[in-house]
Amino acid sequence: MERNIPLTVEFTGGLEMLFSNQRVHKISIPARDDRKEPSNVGFLIKHLCDNLMKDPRKEMFVIDDSIRPGVLVLINDADWELEGEDRYELQPNDNIVFVSTLHGG
Amino acid sequence: MPAAEPDETLEAQKARLEEQIRAKERQLQTLKANLLNLDQGIRNGSHAADEYKRYGRQLIMPTMGLQGQLRLKQAKVLVVGVGGLGCPAATYLAGAGVGTLGLMDGDVVELSNLHRQIAHSTDRVGMSKADSAYKSLRALLSYQCLSRLNPLVEYNLHKFHVSPENALAIFNSYDLILDCTDHPTSRYLISDACVLTGKTLVSASALKTEGQLIVLNDPPRPPGDLSGGPCYRCIFPKPPPAESVLSCGEGGILGPVVGTMGVLQALEAIKLLSRPRAEATPESMGNGTSDEPPKASMLMFSAYNNPQFRTARLRSRRSNCAVCSSTPSITKASLDSGSLDYVAFCGVAIPVNILPHSLRLSPTEFAILPNAARGTLIDVRDETQFAICAVPESVNVPWTGNAASWLAHAEEAGVLDDEDSACKYIVCRFGNDSQLAAKAIIDRSGGTTEKVKDIKGGFQSWREEVDPQWPDY
Repeated sequence: MERNIPLTVEFTGGLEMLFSNQRVHKISIPARDDRKEPSNVGFLIKHLCDNLMKDPRKEMFVIDDSIRPGVLVLINDADWELEGEDRYELQPNDNIVFVSTLHGG
Repeated sequence: MPAAEPDETLEAQKARLEEQIRAKERQLQTLKANLLNLDQGIRNGSHAADEYKRYGRQLIMPTMGLQGQLRLKQAKVLVVGVGGLGCPAATYLAGAGVGTLGLMDGDVVELSNLHRQIAHSTDRVGMSKADSAYKSLRALLSYQCLSRLNPLVEYNLHKFHVSPENALAIFNSYDLILDCTDHPTSRYLISDACVLTGKTLVSASALKTEGQLIVLNDPPRPPGDLSGGPCYRCIFPKPPPAESVLSCGEGGILGPVVGTMGVLQALEAIKLLSRPRAEATPESMGNGTSDEPPKASMLMFSAYNNPQFRTARLRSRRSNCAVCSSTPSITKASLDSGSLDYVAFCGVAIPVNILPHSLRLSPTEFAILPNAARGTLIDVRDETQFAICAVPESVNVPWTGNAASWLAHAEEAGVLDDEDSACKYIVCRFGNDSQLAAKAIIDRSGGTTEKVKDIKGGFQSWREEVDPQWPDY
């Protein structure tokens, strides 16, 4: 049995409201997903929806199985588009940040 | 060619070096002459001595110097939106000695702006924001002769909102654009217009206790040129759902939070404008030292987090971007023709209207009900607003965004106990959430109950119709 992967997940820009109003979550997720593949960010997002998100407004976070427009995903402070997006395979102690863009001014 | 003798090679090397030195000396002389000209330009100005004194503290910074100051003086900057971001940004840019400052805003000053929009004041409520900011900035920089325009900064006032029809023509006459607006529609439009006119964009935003800052299209390159910096659409190809967009009026904003972001915009603008022209690589945010396509970065500020600042590395230009790629769908022609509907692109949050007429009550109708008929008044605003002002004996059950969880809270609060006896009246700030909560109770009863009513227009209408003393926050 492989160990779980410890991660720091952060929500900001208002997304923390969907996650018990808590900005930083120290969590651990299974090292392998349901198909026994190494867990990637796509799996993490599903895991967050199923386990961490108590708010029923899933559409404020995920639309059509992908992150809703207007949310940036940062993997260790880099846009996930630089890291392979949802296919990025999670490493122990990775820092994953979900940022909702702000528009006020 | 035959192999050269070693001596000849050295001779050739010497000659080449000497030629290089002569070229550099000529170059140096040209530069010195340019400097002298510019220097005299400053001295011959009507306030030369004042300018040295006024800008002295920033002039002696190695990153600024005389050349940097002269570049600022020649620069033309457009501040789009003269609100919480634009007021501090424009103030610092004027103070720093930017040559031309454009102030663009179609709004007028409101009392609720003043806690953060520091270039406006109480006596200017109702005045155009561009006019109001102009008055403040002129006072900041002019001296001796108040009746005359300050000669150090030239102001252009654009007393209307940015639109697809006016953006290109106006942006064309500036060197740098600051997006200080407050909605996705203007953010996409301003970014598109910056790409199409070849301008770098300093974009910032703020809400509640947080802010974000990105420098886009830096360096500015034509669409299709991957050596240009990414634009807003590269980072955010799809707009957020309209329901997820909160304005400062709805979500709230701390003055110093948006102020911080506006000041940072001015700082990035000063860095961009004072840097030597040769430095085409983006260095404003400290990245872009290699040959790779330039990437953007986003500075995030969160007032109640530790650390308060963090920077994220973002992507480079998107190869299929709708505006800055080699196959753009958004062009000067499409913008000029007015065929682009930014409002439709970003969508509009439609006011809630889900209850039959019979289940809605105006504030006036509620106010004239005899006490015995008033039943239970359920106030679904959040706890913070309820603590600011509330109707006596009303019960606070904040709308949680979802029927099931709100009903659970309502049950806990005991407001659903007397299912069919007393009528329940639901009220909120604007009259949207109250309908959703009323609908939740109706659906729970299987759609039968008539004993739930929504107060139309919420406390906003309550103040207008019934109680003018109700706090207008």
